[in-house]
Amino acid sequence: MNNDTGMIDRAATMAAKATPPRLVRRVRGLSDKAIAWLFIAPTMLLLLVINIFPLIWTIQLSFTNYRANRPNAEVVNVGLRNYERLLTDPDVWIAMQTTAQFVFWSILLQTVIGFTLAYLIDRKFRGHAFWTTVILIPMMLSPAVVGNFWRFLYQPQIGLFNYIVSFFTGIEPSSFEMLGSVSLAPWSIVIVDTWMWTPYVMLICLAGLRSIPDYIYEAAEVDRASPWRQFWSITVPMALPFIMLAVLFRGIENFKMFDMVNLLTGGGPGSITEVASITLKRQAFEAWRTGPSSAFAIILFVAVFGLANIYVKALNRVKQR
Amino acid sequence: MQCLNKIALGVSAAALMAAASMTSAKANELTLCWAAWDPANALVELSKDFETKTGTKMNFEFVPWPNFADRILNELNAGGKLCDLLIGDSQWLGGSAENGYYVKLNDFFDKEGISMDDFAAAAVNAYSTWPKGTPNYWALPAMGDANGWFYRKDWFEDPAIMADYKTKTGADLAPPKTWDELKQIAEFFQGREVNGQTVYGAAIFTERASEGITMGATSAMYPYGFKYEMTPGAYDMEGAVNSEGAVAGLEMYKALYKCCTPPGYTDSYMGEGLDAFKSGQVAMMMNWFAFMPGMAKDEKVGSVTGFFVNPGQTIAASTLGGQGISVVANTDNMDGALAYIKWFADPEIQKKWWALGGYAVHNAVLNDPAFPSSQPFAGDFLVAMNQVQDFWQEPSYASLLQAMQKRLHDYVVADQGTAKEALDNLIADWTVIFEDDGKL
Repeated sequence: MNNDTGMIDRAATMAAKATPPRLVRRVRGLSDKAIAWLFIAPTMLLLLVINIFPLIWTIQLSFTNYRANRPNAEVVNVGLRNYERLLTDPDVWIAMQTTAQFVFWSILLQTVIGFTLAYLIDRKFRGHAFWTTVILIPMMLSPAVVGNFWRFLYQPQIGLFNYIVSFFTGIEPSSFEMLGSVSLAPWSIVIVDTWMWTPYVMLICLAGLRSIPDYIYEAAEVDRASPWRQFWSITVPMALPFIMLAVLFRGIENFKMFDMVNLLTGGGPGSITEVASITLKRQAFEAWRTGPSSAFAIILFVAVFGLANIYVKALNRVKQR
Repeated sequence: MQCLNKIALGVSAAALMAAASMTSAKANELTLCWAAWDPANALVELSKDFETKTGTKMNFEFVPWPNFADRILNELNAGGKLCDLLIGDSQWLGGSAENGYYVKLNDFFDKEGISMDDFAAAAVNAYSTWPKGTPNYWALPAMGDANGWFYRKDWFEDPAIMADYKTKTGADLAPPKTWDELKQIAEFFQGREVNGQTVYGAAIFTERASEGITMGATSAMYPYGFKYEMTPGAYDMEGAVNSEGAVAGLEMYKALYKCCTPPGYTDSYMGEGLDAFKSGQVAMMMNWFAFMPGMAKDEKVGSVTGFFVNPGQTIAASTLGGQGISVVANTDNMDGALAYIKWFADPEIQKKWWALGGYAVHNAVLNDPAFPSSQPFAGDFLVAMNQVQDFWQEPSYASLLQAMQKRLHDYVVADQGTAKEALDNLIADWTVIFEDDGKL
C-alpha cells in the first residue's frame, strides 16, 4: 500500500514537472462551469455545424432566388416573395391538406389499433410474449423494404392484397388498383403506415398500461366498479399521457413522411398523394428552386415546431392532473 | 531542426510522387457516364477499339434511367470529377452550357476537321447546339433516338384476328398511320383472349417522377399540332401550348390510357412497357427506338415483333430522345476526352456503332443505300429522325419538365380537370419560371 502511494506521488510529481507551469495554473483555475462547458463543447460544436448552421443558412437562402444548379448565377435578395408565393399557391395548400389528412387518419388508426393491441397483450394470456414479438416485426423492417414489399402486394394483376380482398368480397382482383386509383391511393399509404407503425404505438401504450399500479384496480373492485367503469375511469386517464406521447411521436414522424409515399405512389396518381415533403423534394432537388424550397422548409419547420409546442403544453397539463 | 526539415522534405517528396503517379494513372483513364440501357452495353463493346488504339483505359458509369438525371445533374452541380465524358440528355444542353459544365467544342471541331454537316441536321440541332439553331456546339451527336412503337406481328397477321378486326371495324389490321387508327386497334385488342391469355391494347408512358408521361403524351400531342411557342424564341405560349390541336392530342392520350392499357398501368415507363410486351400482355408498346435492336434479338418475342413509327394525325411528328456526347469541363484528362470525341466522330467508328446497336446519326451511316434494309426498324428510324420535336432545352428545363409532369399526370391518370385546364395551368407554371429567368 505504501509502495503504491509512493508510486502515485512520484508519478504526480513527474507529471507536474512535465506540465508547463502556466498550463497547470490555468487547469487549476478552471471553474466547474468552465469544465462543464469544456465537456459539452464538442457536442455543441457538432450541433452547431449539423443543425444550427444549416438552419440559419436555409433561413438566409429562403429570402433569395438562389438555385443550387446555377452556381455562377447572381443571387438576388427577393425579400418575402418566396413566402408570399408559397402561401398563395393552391398546390402548396393542397399538399398541406393531403399531409394533414394522412397524419390524421394514420394516427387515428394507429392509436385505436395500437391501444387495443396493448390492452389485449396486457391481459397476459398464454403466449403473450410470443405474440408481442410477432406484432413488433413490421416496425423492425426498413421503410424501403416495406415500401417495395407493399408495392408488389398492391399490384392489381399479381398482388396478394387484391386477391385477399377478392376472396372476401368477390370483386375481381384486377378490377381495382390501390396505388393507381384516385380514391384508394391515399388509403393504400395509410394502410401501410398503420401496418408498420401500430406496433410502435402499441409498445408505448403497453408501457403506460403496465405503469398503472394494481392496487388502484383492487380498490376499484372493492368499490364494485364495473370493468367498463374501471377502463374509462382508471385505464384510459392513467394511460393517456403515454397515448399522447405516442401520438406526438407519430405525428411529427408522419408530418415529414417521405420514404413510404415516395416508394409507394411517388405522390401520384397525379398529385393525389403528394404530401408536403414530396413537394419540397421536387422543388429542391428536381426543379432546383433552392430559394423557394428553403422558404417551404422553413414554413414546414415552423408549422411542426408550433404544433408540437402546443401539443406538449397540453400533454404537460394532462400529466399534472 | 535540421532533422525535422529532412523529414518534412521526405514526406513532401513522397506525397508529390504519389500525386504524380495518381495523375499519370488518371491521364490514362477516362470515365464515361451514361444511362444504363441496351445501347450502353454496345458502347462498352465499341470503346474497346479506342482502348486498343490509344492505350487509354475506359471506365463506365451507367445510371438507371429513373435516377439518371438526378444522379448526373447532382454530380455536375457539385463540381464532381466522376465523369470525363458524358452522354447527357438533349434537354440538359442549355443549363450545362450556361453553367460551364460542358466544354464548347467549336475550336476543337475546327482544329480536327470534324464537321457538323456530316451529321443529320435534326440531330445536330437537338443534341449539339445551344442556343438552339446557332452554330455553338457543346456535344457531338452520339445516339439518335425517338419514340416509336412495337407491335405483335404474329397477332396482327393472324387470319382469325384479322378477319374479326375487318368485321368489327371495316378496316384492315395493319400498323396504324394515325392516332385514331392506333386507338381503334388498341380498343380491339383490349381484354381479348389471344392464345388463351387475356391481352390488352397498348403499353404507354404514364410515369410521374422523371419524364415518362411528358414523353408519352407529347407523342400524341405533337401530331395534333402542339407547339411550345407561337414564335420560336419568343416564349409566347398562349395559343401554342393550349391550342385546339394540343387539347385534342392530350384528350386522345388520356382516352388511350383509359381504354386500352393493362391494369395498374398508372406509373409506367420504359421498363414496365418492355415487361408488358415481352410477357405477351399487350398488342402494342410505345417505347424508344433504342430498345428495338435488343427487342429484335429477343429470344422469346424477337421474331414476332414488328415496329412502326409514331402515327401522325394532322402532321407527322415524333418525340425526340437521344443524346450527344460532351466533354465535362471539370475533367482532369481533357486531352484524352477530346481524343475520344475525335475517335467517335470517325465515320468508320460510326458505322461500327450502328452495327453494334447504337443509333449513329452520321451521314455516312444514314445515307448508305443499304441502311433502310439493314435492320427491320432502320427505315422507320430515318422517318422518325426527320420529324422529331423536342422538349424545352432551356437552363430551367428541370422546372419546366416537372411542371408538365404534374399537369399531365393530374389530368391523364388522376382525372383532375379538363385537358384545356391542364394546359392553361401549364402555361401559368411555365410563365412563372420564365419570368424568374428574366425571359418574360
